[in-house]
Amino acid sequence: MHRKTGFGGEYRECIVERAPQNRWLDEPGGKPPENASTGSIMDAFIDSQNLTKAQAQSRISGVKGYNKAVRRAKRDKRIEFAGIVVATIIAAFFALLFLTPIVLTMTNSFMSSSEISANYGMIFQTTETGGKVFVSKTVNLKFIPDIVTFSQYFTVLIKSPEYLIKFWNTVIYVVPIVFFQLFVAMLASYGFARYHGKVKNIIFFLYIILMLMPYQVTLVPNYMVTSWLGLLDTRWAIWLPGIFSPFAVYLLTKFIRRIPYEVMEAAQIDGAGEWQIFSQVCVPLCKGGLISIAILVFIDYWNMVEQPLILLSNEEMYPLSVFLSKINSGEISLAFAVAVIYMVPPLLIFLYGEEYLVEGISYQGGIKG
Amino acid sequence: MKLSLGDKINQVKDISKVKNSVNSYLTRNARIGHNNAGMKAIPKTKMTKKTRREMISSWIFLTPSLVGVGVFFVLPFFVVIFYSIVNNPIQKEFVGFDNFVRVWNNQAFQLAASNTAKFSLIAVPLAVVLSLILAIVMESKIPFKSGFRSFFLSPMMVPTASIVLIWQVLFHYNGLVNVLIGHFGVDKIDWLKSADAQIVIIVLFLWKNLGYNMILFMAALSSVPKDLIEVARLESASEFQIFWTIKMRYLSSTVLFVTIMSLINSFKVFREIYLMTGDYPYDTLYMMQHFMNNTFASVDYQKLSAAAIIMALVIVILVAIMFITEDRYGKDIEG
Repeated sequence: MHRKTGFGGEYRECIVERAPQNRWLDEPGGKPPENASTGSIMDAFIDSQNLTKAQAQSRISGVKGYNKAVRRAKRDKRIEFAGIVVATIIAAFFALLFLTPIVLTMTNSFMSSSEISANYGMIFQTTETGGKVFVSKTVNLKFIPDIVTFSQYFTVLIKSPEYLIKFWNTVIYVVPIVFFQLFVAMLASYGFARYHGKVKNIIFFLYIILMLMPYQVTLVPNYMVTSWLGLLDTRWAIWLPGIFSPFAVYLLTKFIRRIPYEVMEAAQIDGAGEWQIFSQVCVPLCKGGLISIAILVFIDYWNMVEQPLILLSNEEMYPLSVFLSKINSGEISLAFAVAVIYMVPPLLIFLYGEEYLVEGISYQGGIKG
Repeated sequence: MKLSLGDKINQVKDISKVKNSVNSYLTRNARIGHNNAGMKAIPKTKMTKKTRREMISSWIFLTPSLVGVGVFFVLPFFVVIFYSIVNNPIQKEFVGFDNFVRVWNNQAFQLAASNTAKFSLIAVPLAVVLSLILAIVMESKIPFKSGFRSFFLSPMMVPTASIVLIWQVLFHYNGLVNVLIGHFGVDKIDWLKSADAQIVIIVLFLWKNLGYNMILFMAALSSVPKDLIEVARLESASEFQIFWTIKMRYLSSTVLFVTIMSLINSFKVFREIYLMTGDYPYDTLYMMQHFMNNTFASVDYQKLSAAAIIMALVIVILVAIMFITEDRYGKDIEG
């Protein structure tokens, strides 16, 4: 192997050239250096010199050397196994780290309010309104509630509808945005992918730059337009910038560009108009891409905090994501239940569409494609 | 029934058979035909007509998005530029770079900018390296691979608002993390109200974004040609050599992409901070978005515009630098 490492090295040379420690294989009657290694080398040696095993053994300093090579091979296997064990431990460690907060939130939502304040009283007591609640000095970490109760869920879902209204707010914002952003983006990306021109490439580049801009930048122009149009404090202020967000265009264009041009040409020759090619060839072929982008857009807007904070001043219209942080700390057990209800839709979508999601994310990579 | 894209293309390829037969029919006729010049001329005009038609229709398809993006993002951005160089929206007196200087010297802006920069500078490389490690771990022959993948991805799907409660429980002064480190004899740290607050948000950021980055790296790792690795292995290259000289070359464009995405996502950490600590957090947690929100509240358009432009410029410059770097080192493995 070429020893020159790093980005400067040419890997193509690696294929042609033997590594220094293996060059003896190519020399007629060459002998391995003293510290030659591994069973695979042994096999390569036998192959390259067209030898029987016994001949090979005698060449490599006798039976002792052969046995040594076998031992090395076994050791390598053990090392590989140890590597897998280490990898599994690392993966399990991270999995535990990643899952614990989610599981904790879920189990906490089944605890009664007195149990919650007994466990976390120290944390949330600061703004607690009077009451003689027992507060323990330390915080207890509990995975399993003493008594499983659904009373919080009962309260959230039936007794006090304000949470449900906020939940409904979120749905009202997110569903149209996902649907129409995909529709507009699908049209646009068909336009981008179908015909290349200098102007269009520049516009596409502009879309990519816009996509990379964080909310801190894009919200300023958004705010100015919505206030100019008199849409501030209406749902349109959230909907419209969301619908025309360039995020989905970039990804969908990549998906459509993967469809062979011949497929569309064939449809055209069969007499299909542009709209028919779009709706009957392109959209069905991009179904997987559409679903994966829908998931990505959904989670982004389900999670929105910045936009409502700036574009809406009426708290009635806030989505649940912002409202949850304003929950009275006396109702902390309710908050857990609301939090779980809030994370159920994305998690269900995740269960259904994990493969699509992974495919969509994988597509995003390779920015030049 | 789920069909992959490839299967679907095969289904549609039946149509392309028709096209082939049409083509061969045309060429046969051309051969038989006497007027060769005429036959040549006809396809040529047809082509330009076709391309022109395609061009026009593609613009029609683009229109809704162009109008929307134009109205909501591009045109107002020119207004933003205009606002950033006038004294106020009513008098509209040209003041040059005064607004930029004013924003630049603003203490809140300096605090927000330095906090954001510090955070991104630490969190983004960490996110890249850790997610690459995770991807390598996932590439080895560990059991329950798909289970682990789901676990790593699930934080991405959990809404920030839902998980913030648990973060509060964990990182409160009397919270679980302090209880835990108390067992090792470490003093309590007031995580959210001290210089260590940055550590907390870095942890939160990593928690949310590692899975996403890992998927990107996994996709890139699986696209490294297997034969190259096999040859290297036969040449008894060490695993590290294989990784550094072969895989990293193929990963370089993904590293670029992951870095850019992590950078963009690092600006979204405001969500966690805001939901945990509200409008005015501890100084080390005061981010760019806080500054923006507070400036929005005071309706100072010029300041706002100047700040937005400064930020946009910084991002464009950063991304350009990354692209140029990648262009120099990863050029020879296109396609």
